[in-house]
Amino acid sequence: MSLWVIQRDLLLAMRRRSDVLTTLFFFIIVVSLFPLGVGPEINILRTMAPGVVWVAALLASMLSLGRMFSSDYLDGTLEQMLLSPQSLSMLVLGKALAHWLVTGVPLVLMSPVLGIQYDLSADALLVLTASLLLGTPVLSLIGAIGAALTLGLRGGGVLVSLLVLPLYIPILIFGAGAVEASAAGLGAGAHLSLLGAFLLASLVLAPWATAVSLRISME
Amino acid sequence: MAINWFKYSSPASFYFLAGKMIPLFTIAAIILFAVGLYIGFFVAPTDFQQGEAYRIIFIHVPAAWMSMFLYVIMAIWAGIGLAFNTRLSSMMATAIAPTGAMFTFLALWTGALWGKPMWGTWWVWDARLTSELILLFLYIGFMSLQAAIDDPRRADKAGAVIALVGVVNIPIIYFSVKWWNTLHQGATVSVTQSPKMAATMLTGMLIMSIACWMYAIAVILIRTRTIILERERHTAWVGELRGMAQ
Repeated sequence: MSLWVIQRDLLLAMRRRSDVLTTLFFFIIVVSLFPLGVGPEINILRTMAPGVVWVAALLASMLSLGRMFSSDYLDGTLEQMLLSPQSLSMLVLGKALAHWLVTGVPLVLMSPVLGIQYDLSADALLVLTASLLLGTPVLSLIGAIGAALTLGLRGGGVLVSLLVLPLYIPILIFGAGAVEASAAGLGAGAHLSLLGAFLLASLVLAPWATAVSLRISME
Repeated sequence: MAINWFKYSSPASFYFLAGKMIPLFTIAAIILFAVGLYIGFFVAPTDFQQGEAYRIIFIHVPAAWMSMFLYVIMAIWAGIGLAFNTRLSSMMATAIAPTGAMFTFLALWTGALWGKPMWGTWWVWDARLTSELILLFLYIGFMSLQAAIDDPRRADKAGAVIALVGVVNIPIIYFSVKWWNTLHQGATVSVTQSPKMAATMLTGMLIMSIACWMYAIAVILIRTRTIILERERHTAWVGELRGMAQ
């Protein structure tokens, strides 16, 4: 069931490729703005890199949350999904994973290139990519709750950032922390394990909370 | 003796119960604030390390406690409202949020005033300060979500979901920022150990905490009454009230 939703959402995304590319270019531009604002001092940039890439990933993932349910809501598909006998949680899980495949995965693939701009070592690049790979699905899953709650509200885009960004903070801390820990020679294992734990917990809990929120919003 | 608790889950009967309770809690709050502030300013000895500046704890610590308690209580009421579809519980949750946010802000503000002479800086990125700041964001998110939804029943339920998600996240946020960075001193008062401070200071602080509780209850009841009137304005009993007032 989830697979069907993933397939459908990916197909829709491929038909409107500009949406996918906008998010990716937003991410690239934000990361590239920091050296312009802070100055090209390479030592400062190297310490800033994990935080900058992670904050940009947070913002890019958040900006595209509005699209997760809104087009289905407007054309009535979402109502049919709620009426269907299938478990709504599984449908929601599919939609969140599709959101991650469309917005999260391109960011993960792009991050090593951006890391090179910041003169990160090969080890740090690997850890950064691994932390983004574990962390970005959590962003999509938690973000789905906020997207479902703000469905159809005026000013929903700004509101969703207010709801979701505080919840993203642990992911940001451990994601950026993984790179810093490996740079300090402590090893990134602990941070990556915690990110994995967040991923598993949000895989179980977030679709359920999102399904409840959708039913409230669609009443 | 069987008390019918469910009688007061109806907004109409709770309205009058709250009306009777508000003066009691208000008077209790005024007396306790007076006693607490007297102990804080005149009875408690000057701290040999921190001088007079430590006296801010008499408002800082109660405010910080209240900010956390009120969030949990708000989430519990919101959860009850979501699970049992009781209107009054959701109204209570809505009424608690502004007071909780006020205490959070107060804790941050007084903390900054204390930090300047003690740590030499208004703000540090420390675990407790950061998690208190995030708590303020969570309160603001709850209030702005409810404010953005026009239908009050949908606002109640949506607010309940975000309040409960926040409760699950608070321990995660707290530990993540704690491992990330820390400077704030550990808790001086805890349930498991005997307090590490002078008895008069502790008494003053506890009295101030109870005073804050009384104040919070009084203000929340007043706000709940207003919300009840606003939402039930088309019902017969509110019409009768208006008839009596004229």
